[in-house]
Amino acid sequence: MSAAASALALALPRPLAHAARFESNAATREQRWVKRTVLSLGLGFFALFLLLPLATVFTEALRKGFGVYLNALIEPDALSALKLTLIAALIAVPLNLVFGVWAAWLVSKFDFRGKSFLVTLIDLPFSVSPVVAGLIYVLMFGAQGWFGPWLQAHDLKIVFAVPGIVLATVFVTFPFVARELIPLMEAQGREEEEAATVLGASGWQTFWHVTLPNVKWGLLYGVILCNARAFGEFGAVSVVSGHIRGVTNTLPLHVEILYNEYQFAAAFAVASLLALLALVTLGLKSVVEWQQAKAHTQSTQ
Amino acid sequence: MSAVLTSLATPADAVATRKPRRVLPGFGLSLGYTLVYLSLLVLIPLSAVFLKTATMGWERFWQVVSSPRVLASYELSFGAALLAAALNTVFGALLAWSLVRYSFPGKKLVDALIDLPFALPTAVAGIALTALYSRNGWLGAVLEPLGIKVAFTPLGVLVALTFIGLPFVVRTVQPVLEDIDTELEEAAASLGAQRWQTIRHIVLPILTPALLTGFALAFARAVGEYGSVIFIAGNLPMVSEITPLMIITKLEQYDYAGATAIAAVMLVFSFALLLGINGLQAWSARSRGVGAGRNGR
Repeated sequence: MSAAASALALALPRPLAHAARFESNAATREQRWVKRTVLSLGLGFFALFLLLPLATVFTEALRKGFGVYLNALIEPDALSALKLTLIAALIAVPLNLVFGVWAAWLVSKFDFRGKSFLVTLIDLPFSVSPVVAGLIYVLMFGAQGWFGPWLQAHDLKIVFAVPGIVLATVFVTFPFVARELIPLMEAQGREEEEAATVLGASGWQTFWHVTLPNVKWGLLYGVILCNARAFGEFGAVSVVSGHIRGVTNTLPLHVEILYNEYQFAAAFAVASLLALLALVTLGLKSVVEWQQAKAHTQSTQ
Repeated sequence: MSAVLTSLATPADAVATRKPRRVLPGFGLSLGYTLVYLSLLVLIPLSAVFLKTATMGWERFWQVVSSPRVLASYELSFGAALLAAALNTVFGALLAWSLVRYSFPGKKLVDALIDLPFALPTAVAGIALTALYSRNGWLGAVLEPLGIKVAFTPLGVLVALTFIGLPFVVRTVQPVLEDIDTELEEAAASLGAQRWQTIRHIVLPILTPALLTGFALAFARAVGEYGSVIFIAGNLPMVSEITPLMIITKLEQYDYAGATAIAAVMLVFSFALLLGINGLQAWSARSRGVGAGRNGR
C-alpha cells in the first residue's frame, strides 16, 4: 500500500547526495570512457528533449520584438484568459488541499479494510486521459447529460461555462496534495499524535501543532505541483470550455487559438508566460527540497 | 532513521484487529469526507462513461470501437507510447545513473529541470516541439534535407510522447540507485568481477522493478496524452490521429455515444494499467528493501 502511495514520480525527491563517494571508490566507478559515454548520451537526450523545446518557447516569443511580445500579453483576451485561469486555480487548489489533508489523515493514522483500494481510487485521476476527464462532465452536465434538462430548466450552465472549467481543473489536480502527504505522514508514524491526544489535545490542536509542522514542506510541495497543473491543464479544459473567446478561455486554450490563427509570436508570448511559471515552480520545488533536507538533518541530530 | 524504523514496525496494511481501538480522533469524519468528495468528483462522473456505454447496445459499441479509423488510432497511440516509454527507459536510466554516480558541472540545474514536463503546460510543449521540428525550426532545418520529416507525421507523435514521459524513469530509478549498498559492489569487485559483470549481475537486477515501474508510468501517461501531441501530429485520418483525438472528433460531431464508447475502452485500459503499476510498485518497494543497505536512509 505504502508503495502505491509513494507516488514515485511525484514523491518529494531528496536533494542530490555527493557522487564523490562512488567516484572515489574503485569498486563503484567505471572507466573514464564509459563515464564520458554515459554522460554524453544522457545529457544529449536531456538537451535534445528538454532544453531545446524550452529555448524555442522564448526565442519564438521574442522573434518579432519586445513590442509585439508585450502587446500579446496585455490584450483584453489574454487578460481575461489569465483571469479565468487564476479563478480555476484559486478554487481547485484549496479544495484539493483540504481533501488531501483529510485523506492523508485517514490513510496514515487509521487502519481499516480496503485502505489500499481507497488509495488506488485517489490515484485514479492521474491515469485517466485528460480528454476523458473533460468528457465525464459533459456526460453529467451537458445538454444531453444526466442533469442537462434540469440545469436548462433552471437556466444554469456548467459545461461550456466557467463552472465546467473549474470542475475539470479540480479533477485533474485531485490527487496531488493527498499523494504528497500520504507517504510522508505514514513515515511519521502515529506516536507523536497519540501522545498529544492522550495529554488532552483536541484533534485540531494535534493536527495543527504536531502533524503540520512535520509535513509542512511536503504539503507546500503538493500545493506547488497542484497549482502548476491547474494553470497548465489543456485537454480536459478544452473539452468542457467551448472555446468562447474572452469568456471561457484559459491561458493554455488562448495559446491554442492564437497558434491556430497563425499568430505564432503572440501564441509563444503567452506560452512563455506559462513556461516562466513552470520554471518558477521548479525553482520553488528545489527550495522546498532543500528546506526538507535541512529539517530532516535537524530532526535526526 | 527513526522514521524508517516506525514505518517498518507499523506496516501500513497491518490487518486491523477485529475491534480496533483508535486513539486518534477524526476517523469517521475523515472517512466520510474522503468518500463523499471522491464519489462526487471522481467516481460518479467516471461511472457515467460506463452507464452511457451500457445504453448503446453491444453491436453499436463494437461498431464504433472497431471502426478502421479508430483502430488506426489505437495502433498509433499504443505503438508510439510503447516506443516512447522504451526510449525513456534507456535514456532515463543513463540520466539517473549520471545524476547519482557522477559529478559534472550544472548537475543541480539538470536535476531540477528533469521535472519540466510535469510543470510545463502540455499545450506549450506541443507548440514548442512543433516549432522546433517544422521546416524552419532548429532541428527541422537539419533533418528535413536528410529526408526525415518529424513534424506532422507519426514520428512527431513519438517525439511529443517522449518529452512528456521523460521524468518518470529518471525519478523512479534515481532513489533506488542512491540506496544501493556500495558494499554489494565492493564484494563483487573483491571477488574478481569485472565492472560490467557487477553492473549486469548485481546492479541491474536491483534496478529492474524501478525500471519497469518507470516504463509503465511513462507508458500510461503517454497513451492518454493530448495537449502536446495534437499540434505536432498533423492529425491526418488513418495516419497520425491519436485515440484521445478521436474522442474530441466524435464530440465535435455531437456523437456523444461514439465518444463515450472510445472513452470506455481507454478507461478499462487505464484501470488495468493502474493495477499493474500498483503491483510493480509493491515489487519495487520489496526489492528496494533488499537492495538498500545500511548506508541507505
